[in-house]
Amino acid sequence: MTTNSPSKVHVTTTINGQQHELLVPGYMSLLDTLRELIGLTGTKEGCLDGNCGACTVNIDGRIVDSCLVLGAEVNGKEVSTIEGMATPEGLHPLQQAFLEEAALQCGICTPGFLVAAKGLLDNEPSPTEGRIRHWLAGNLCRCTGYDKIVRAVQKASD
Amino acid sequence: MHPFAYVAPSTVAEAVAELSKHGDRARPLAGGTDLLVKARANVWELDAVVDIKNIPELMTLTINGSGLSIGAGVPCYQVYDNSEIAAQYPGIVDGASIIGGIQIQSRAGLGGNLCNAAPSGDGIPSLIALSAVAKIASVNGTREVAIENFCTGPSRTVLKAGELLVSIEVPKPAANSGAAYTRFIPRNEMDIAVAGVGVFVQLDASGKNFESARIALASVGPTLILASAAGDSLAGKPVNDETIAAASALARDAATPITDMRGTIEQRKQLVEVLTGRMINKAVERARG
Repeated sequence: MTTNSPSKVHVTTTINGQQHELLVPGYMSLLDTLRELIGLTGTKEGCLDGNCGACTVNIDGRIVDSCLVLGAEVNGKEVSTIEGMATPEGLHPLQQAFLEEAALQCGICTPGFLVAAKGLLDNEPSPTEGRIRHWLAGNLCRCTGYDKIVRAVQKASD
Repeated sequence: MHPFAYVAPSTVAEAVAELSKHGDRARPLAGGTDLLVKARANVWELDAVVDIKNIPELMTLTINGSGLSIGAGVPCYQVYDNSEIAAQYPGIVDGASIIGGIQIQSRAGLGGNLCNAAPSGDGIPSLIALSAVAKIASVNGTREVAIENFCTGPSRTVLKAGELLVSIEVPKPAANSGAAYTRFIPRNEMDIAVAGVGVFVQLDASGKNFESARIALASVGPTLILASAAGDSLAGKPVNDETIAAASALARDAATPITDMRGTIEQRKQLVEVLTGRMINKAVERARG
């Protein structure tokens, strides 16, 4: 039983392949844990209630809204964020496709879209347009109208 | 947000002990997709959240000869990705696959949907239609409550402070039975039901007559509604447009909606009638295999 009340919880977690040991306040979201404790500010805060997907990260192979996860919950889990997508060799194919298709304007929603789209292509390398649109329904973009985003994901598909 | 402690017990006994210690200032945490929103909005002022996801029996799906047991913390995607559930309980999959988007479905589950007690909970009507039962634990032992009696008002349930939903027990569907759920929303995805209808039907061996039916309504009252008169009207009747229309009209009568930003009383009653007809037909189709 993990009880470090009322203040902080000891968390050991892997983020983008790197192990982290943290003391996290029990009520701190994973989003704030990433941005404020670890300094990974690529994950964005949008609506803070699970509608917009700007804060999407991947935990153990499933995409989630990090505003609706507590930092304490990722003890023993593998988290990947937008910072884990590119490698020293270059951008992830999805990032490259977003650039080439101009699939972003203001960019606030982009990390969430990229992490969400990666979650799809990691498991389904050749999704239909309908499947892409369904998968990304939990990500809102107020600039592009979605067409360019969907085209970019199609371009990065097999 | 009121600062709360995070506790992650590994047994039901530890969890209910922790919950009873804090009374109504502690809540179980499953997917967190409602809890953290309510805590952040100061709807709930909590001293502790009790993460139930390290308790194996709350995270297990079991299908056997007596039915389906859904652990209270099992997320939606595990329900709709399960091929046995999809084959035997498609009505449950209909609901589980339209709650939120993919991110929400990674975390949110039917147990949380039930405990959140929104009248629009898409996961609940099929559970009512299928005569499912909630298994509840506390420091005083366990008890069972039929799902149609679980929600008592918007965000209100039969759970007392210190009680924990352990699982949802769904009986094995009878031969020649089928179930289906749908909702009306003005968008394609990511929306809250204007009205929703879940139907279970059992046909006779010929597939031409109803033996029994249960119809449950969402978003048209302060709680989910079991439209008993509508379901009962089908018992012993032939499957045809006339009997289905009569049951649909009775479902409409059972709806007690309000007018709000999502729809009017008239629209919602009309939707219940139309969706009930469609879902009876879909459940019949599934019952006939």
